[in-house]
Amino acid sequence: MTLIHETDFGTPPAGSAAMVRLTIDGASVSVPEATSILRAAMEAGVQIPKLCATDSLNAFGSCRVCLVEIEGRGGLPASCTTPVAPGIVVHTQTERLSAVRRGVMELYASDHPRDWFSDPKQGANELFQVAASVGLREVRYGSDGCTHGAAAKDESNPYFAFDPARCIVCSRYVRACEETQGTYALTIAGRGFDSRVSAGMEEGFLASECVSCGACVQACPTSALIEKSVIAQGMPEHSVVTTCAYCGVGCAFKAEMRGEQVVRMVPWKDGKANHGHSCIKGRFAWGYANHRDRILNPMVRAKITDPWREVSWAEAIAHTAAEFRRIQGKYGRGSVGGITSSRCTNEETFLVQKLVRAAFGNNNVDTCARVCHSPTGYGLKNTFGTSAGTQDFDSVDQADVMLVIGANPTDAHPVFASRMKRRLRAGAKLIVIDPRRIDLVRTPHVEAQYHLPIRPGTNVAVLDAIAHVIVTEGLVDEAFVRERCEGEAFRRWAEFVAEARNSPEAIGPVCGVDPGLIRAAARLYAAGPNSAIYYGLGVTEHSQGSTSVIALANLAMATGNIGREGVGVNPLRGQNNVQGSCDMGSFPHELSGYRHISDGATRALFEAAWKVPLDAEPGLRIPNMFDAAVDGSFMGLYIQGEDIVQSDPDTHHVTAGLAAMECVVVQDLFLNETAQFAHVFLPGSSFLEKDGTFTNAERRIQLVRRVMAPKNGYEDWEVTQMLAGALGYPMHYTHAREIMDEIARLTPTFAGVSFARLEELGSVQWPCNEQAPEGTPVMHMGGFVRGKGRFLITEYVPTDEKVGPRFPLLLTTGRILTQYNVGAQTRRTDNSLWHDEDLLEIHPQDAEDRGIREGDWVKLASRAGATSLRAKVTERVAPGVVYTTFHHPETQANVITTDYSDWATNCPEYKVTAVQVSPTNGPTEWQEHYSELGRATRRIAPASAAE
Amino acid sequence: MSPEASAAAASHHTLDRLVYMANQIAGFFESQGGGTAGEDTATHLRRYWEPRMRAAIIAHLEAGGAGLDDTARAAVARLEQRAKAG
Repeated sequence: MTLIHETDFGTPPAGSAAMVRLTIDGASVSVPEATSILRAAMEAGVQIPKLCATDSLNAFGSCRVCLVEIEGRGGLPASCTTPVAPGIVVHTQTERLSAVRRGVMELYASDHPRDWFSDPKQGANELFQVAASVGLREVRYGSDGCTHGAAAKDESNPYFAFDPARCIVCSRYVRACEETQGTYALTIAGRGFDSRVSAGMEEGFLASECVSCGACVQACPTSALIEKSVIAQGMPEHSVVTTCAYCGVGCAFKAEMRGEQVVRMVPWKDGKANHGHSCIKGRFAWGYANHRDRILNPMVRAKITDPWREVSWAEAIAHTAAEFRRIQGKYGRGSVGGITSSRCTNEETFLVQKLVRAAFGNNNVDTCARVCHSPTGYGLKNTFGTSAGTQDFDSVDQADVMLVIGANPTDAHPVFASRMKRRLRAGAKLIVIDPRRIDLVRTPHVEAQYHLPIRPGTNVAVLDAIAHVIVTEGLVDEAFVRERCEGEAFRRWAEFVAEARNSPEAIGPVCGVDPGLIRAAARLYAAGPNSAIYYGLGVTEHSQGSTSVIALANLAMATGNIGREGVGVNPLRGQNNVQGSCDMGSFPHELSGYRHISDGATRALFEAAWKVPLDAEPGLRIPNMFDAAVDGSFMGLYIQGEDIVQSDPDTHHVTAGLAAMECVVVQDLFLNETAQFAHVFLPGSSFLEKDGTFTNAERRIQLVRRVMAPKNGYEDWEVTQMLAGALGYPMHYTHAREIMDEIARLTPTFAGVSFARLEELGSVQWPCNEQAPEGTPVMHMGGFVRGKGRFLITEYVPTDEKVGPRFPLLLTTGRILTQYNVGAQTRRTDNSLWHDEDLLEIHPQDAEDRGIREGDWVKLASRAGATSLRAKVTERVAPGVVYTTFHHPETQANVITTDYSDWATNCPEYKVTAVQVSPTNGPTEWQEHYSELGRATRRIAPASAAE
Repeated sequence: MSPEASAAAASHHTLDRLVYMANQIAGFFESQGGGTAGEDTATHLRRYWEPRMRAAIIAHLEAGGAGLDDTARAAVARLEQRAKAG
């Protein structure tokens, strides 16, 4: 294995269909019109030295190194900013060019440290490479004059350092911050010789608006910006391409290694989801894999009040199997179940549901998608025919209008947010429907045309009002509806939304938005011509989550914005493998590929393959498992890679359910919050330690490659396999690829997927089968999966979680850029420098009414429970609305949330909780007790001498 | 609050929750019109509810069905008939 070096073509591809022929160094070359000479040369295998140019950024023309001669033209034009022209004859290597380039490089070198041995990048420093390539052997200028050698380093960012002495002010990283990331945190301060890179208003990287995406570090051609891990460990010596284990964007990374040690994670240019970009989490927050908190040995205990006892794998597995069989013997076959993880691979997820169905003998398997995107599955399946987003991410480049609802992409899906911002800067229009003024509403060079700051819980109402405008103002794409959708269903829907009670004027007071704004947004969406919907958990995590997804599907069908590039209905998935865990049959009513367990033919297929009869009845969903536990009929649970105590709503109910069980098995990297209630702990492996696949939000299946041996001894699927064997249902896989082969045999939409195919294509979007051997980037082209698109009526039903005198405010919850989900991974990295506690956002007016000031401790109470945290007074939230994150167990925000849930799927209503906020002086009694419980239940008994 | 106390304090009554959920589901299918709400609700319950949940709501109907809306009641009655028919 060696280090992967991607080819840098110098400037982006032109994307023109018309071709231009020219001559470069005597060779005839044909490239798309508007291609730069620099790129044309690179594509022809002719390398022109360059410094300020890189193919992820627009040409800049400042370094004066990539000069060429063109016959018949005067001067030495920069090849990066000079487009090709028909018939021109270009020379890239002449004596004149060599002399000029060498002179330019000598000037750069004159103000650059010449300590080659102490340069952290060593041979990878582009400046040194170019100097060598132009033949620079000496620098005639001394160091007595004015230089930048003494400029102070900026080491404020925990992940990378900036050394101005090594900066050549080529602006690559300033442009990366602008063009690639879209944050505009960097600039060039000063003029002439005094020019220098500045983060924010020269306030240092940590204190500036920099979001630590790493684009600048990647773009820097010298060692001015460099990862601290490279400074500490030296340059990596080999790379392994793998897939990020954070959000649903699914960025491809090169894990750059020294032996089994990760030196850095660098976004892979060929990654089709991220195209070489990254965010702070994927780029830098991988250190948790080596954190001292990791548990590497299995542990058991009789009671959750006992200290943990380390045991061998054999004992832990045998004990678990014996306990589950004992429980089933006592309480019945349906008294145990499992929870699959959206953080684990498709293969691991598939195996857990197979374990439950085949070895437990029931269908009590569910996944954390239950509490996030299960309404997406229901809503899209019942309207379009399949439970997945309709587009690839690249589709956004063709969108003219984006409707973002209940999503905060700059925090939760930052790499895709950068794509969105790039398209918005290019002229696309934006509608944001969200109770909060999320960053996308107004961020550098991006401003939403309309922001509808709806009252939490009124999504369906406002979507019906938008539909009302579309129908009553004649904005329906009638040809599309006539050809592609069920006519009668459309007629009934149109009649429903056209009723006066669904007009913006009637709905405006309900959702707290100016009716004129709703009308304008509706007209913009309908006008398109390409309008794309992007949504997140602000849509699904409601008592009408499924209805909201249906309403979005209705809008797309009514306006013909489905079935081609630039349009569609796009769920932004929270965790890395939410789509995959759903695809793999993790829901209690479905086998892989979303086929109902009651379907005899499908069941027969699996029964033949698995050689065991399957139960035809749906199993328990996660919330129903807790109900059944409290009722005494569900007593054993195997949880792989989830922390339901912290992530699921109504913590009191979750913990009551777990406390009632007789055997809770947690398989995880850390003793998470759920492990407090566990009787068996099975150490998990990180994404760096396993082979498998993740499926991102655009249905893209990508390989996860093992870069180091599992520190716990086993990949997670191997642990599941051992457990199955101990239960008397032996499995015989020797590699994750064999599990994928089985998935492909049993799942029509995955029929063409294999590790070999993924190696060949890089990635593939399902359906991938005989009809679509290279996958399906855009779905429903020419026809819906279900045949005709189906409109459903979306009657607005207000949630029963109501504000009143005791609980007058509405709480909504969400995520922040630097932390991820329950924070188990990111809290164990330096990301906590940016966010070390959950804060309660409260509007200044609500704060003043309660005598609350910035940073004060406040008690947040609902009908379900109370917790305390510090206040952040901000106008990002509207009066009457408060907001917090759920990343920190000390806050345990889900103590507040209730057990109200989506009517169709039981997806919890995280986004609407009636609360009161009052000043307090510290943590609540419950928090103090919980903290004590955490200490008591995490005790590990010392190993005995005999062991 | 200890786990035991937490369990005791949990004010969740599974049956109340099932009744609430059945009414929610029935509400959606009622809104679709067409006179099939009872059948559609019953189908939904059959496809997504685990058997012990269905058994509990059927037993609740047999005990009077307090709290069940008309459509939910009709749906559970269909489940009951189907269960009796085997």
